[in-house]
Amino acid sequence: MKAVVWQGINRVQVETVPDPEILQPTDAIVRVTATAICGSDLHLVDGYVPSMVHGDILGHEFMGEVVEVGSEVRKVKVGDRVIVPFPIACGKCWYCQHGLTSLCDNSNPNPKLAEALWGYAGSGIYGYSHITGGYAGGQAQFARTVFADQNLYQVPEGLTDEQVLFLTDILPTGYMGAENCNIQPGDVVAVFGCGPVGLFGIMSAFLLGAGRVIAIDRFPERLEMARQLGAETLNYETDSVFERLKEMTGGRGPDSVMDAVGLESHAGGPGGVADAVKQTTRVLESDRPHALRAAIMACRKGGTVSVPGVYGGLADKIPVGAFMNKGLTMKTGQTHVHRYLDLLMGHIQRGDIDPTQIITHRLSLDEAPHAYQIFKHKHEGCIKCVLDPWADPKDHAPVKPG
Amino acid sequence: MTQSQASQAQGGAPQVSPQNSSPVERLIFGGLGLGMILLSLRQKNESGLILGTGGALLLSGAAMGRSVGAAITQVRRTPDDTIAVQRAVTIGKSADELYTFWRNFENLPRFMDHLESVKVQDGDGQRSHWVAKAHRGTSVEWDAEITEDEPGRRIAWRSLEGATVPNEGFVEFRPAPGDWGTEIHVSLTYRPPGGTLGAAVARLLGEDPAVQIGEDLRRLKRLLEVGEVPTTEGQPSARKGIMKAEAKMYDNRRTS
Ligand SMILES: [Zn+2]
Ligand SMILES: [Zn+2]
Repeated sequence: MKAVVWQGINRVQVETVPDPEILQPTDAIVRVTATAICGSDLHLVDGYVPSMVHGDILGHEFMGEVVEVGSEVRKVKVGDRVIVPFPIACGKCWYCQHGLTSLCDNSNPNPKLAEALWGYAGSGIYGYSHITGGYAGGQAQFARTVFADQNLYQVPEGLTDEQVLFLTDILPTGYMGAENCNIQPGDVVAVFGCGPVGLFGIMSAFLLGAGRVIAIDRFPERLEMARQLGAETLNYETDSVFERLKEMTGGRGPDSVMDAVGLESHAGGPGGVADAVKQTTRVLESDRPHALRAAIMACRKGGTVSVPGVYGGLADKIPVGAFMNKGLTMKTGQTHVHRYLDLLMGHIQRGDIDPTQIITHRLSLDEAPHAYQIFKHKHEGCIKCVLDPWADPKDHAPVKPG
Repeated sequence: MTQSQASQAQGGAPQVSPQNSSPVERLIFGGLGLGMILLSLRQKNESGLILGTGGALLLSGAAMGRSVGAAITQVRRTPDDTIAVQRAVTIGKSADELYTFWRNFENLPRFMDHLESVKVQDGDGQRSHWVAKAHRGTSVEWDAEITEDEPGRRIAWRSLEGATVPNEGFVEFRPAPGDWGTEIHVSLTYRPPGGTLGAAVARLLGEDPAVQIGEDLRRLKRLLEVGEVPTTEGQPSARKGIMKAEAKMYDNRRTS
């Protein structure tokens, strides 16, 4: 089969690899019909999340049709059309039973690395480095999925792939990011980063009762999309974000602030340059936390900072004095995708959320290296790219945004 | 019975000697670490990454005053040269279920990777014969007896005279708070042939008892909670030949 493969820092290739097989009786093989590139894939490709190995198959946002099941799979059947949540749940451990599936105790086959880096290991994640288990990813024509009964979620009739694909990651991630903001009716929520997760965070903040959402980014097409969703916008390259946020909220600051950027945020000035230099060593600092710093500074006293953005290791100069003295609350985490699926599927079916509106590009799997390029550098107005593993590249002209 | 074995039998934690590095060692390795980091800054490819990571490890080790050798081998020894290992895991099952599973010693090789077999001998079931995997396909065998047996709470055992690697241990099943299930606490004391040095060498060769027991307990948790231990062995990748070794560096369960 064809698969998108990590071949070193900034080297993504499409290669022919063996088809996946059932390795354990609770596995299922999915014929992938749609897969997407996520912002956190960029951290892997850029080499900031350690423990990628040459030849690893990428991809943790994917869906498709079940073509084979292991002998102990009961609920999932061949022919089912399913989405595959990116964190792998065993369904049996304390965390899974309490809806904290991205913290599953049992699904990472190789938890020692994560324990060395983070103290304790989270769940296994598809196509997301060996820290999260080294599972082969879903940017491929077929994928092996594990603990199928606990993880594969059947897609209701009448919904297209593109309507439900983002339930595997970015939609619940944006939603949990908003939920972690502890929004009270009428609250002002600031969202740093208007990438896919930030955009879903904006939609979710309004769903959860926010009165105003202020969105911060630097790319005009992303800011435009945020405006279409009802957000007021700030461009951090031309606006003084802290001053403007303060002014827009009557001097109080936003009630909650979401960092939907993560470890590769951008900033100018000496601080930004110092972070960038330190991060190139991967050792002095693995994460560039400008957005997190800004979020902590901007948040009103007693407010909540929510961090759906991905961080990998160590970040410098977090304003912990501001965090403590202002009495802030911070909530974080890889998304517990499973707990949001019924709820968000309902929102999609009722039309409260239209996930397809963030898609700017539809490409074939063969075009993955190009897709990674335009997504990373925001060329061609790329906000979100969906790959079709079975399409002929000649049939796929890039779709212009808007 | 030695002093530490005695304290072990009473359930106390064995003493561990400190293993700090000398000032000279810190200076040498700190300098080496710094040099590697500086070198790494000039490399743009992965070798820079490896250099930098190695350098940082050396530098931080030196800064914290930890001996590099000891940090790599992580041998914890008691003053009388026995090795002591303690590990705990919480499993979502009742103490009685866990006790029953463990008390049937023949179950132990199902999750203890280095055990080949345990045979409970005829009679009162207090004695058992253990076969463990050793270096290069050889095995070590010994007889053991149960010294304490409190159903649902605690089992202790000890190797009998003539064991190549004299050892003893206990396992306790303690109710965990809330709906967490049961905490399993394992303590093992043994005297390796060749003393601490032998243990350090064995550890470098990948037979580290502390890590092994930790992994064993994790395997037990997975076996009892989900019925299987997840694996990626045999899944597809675009790795060929020598690159497979790179994946092995990361995965204890092999990725092909
Ligand atoms: Zn993602
Ligand atoms: Zn679990």
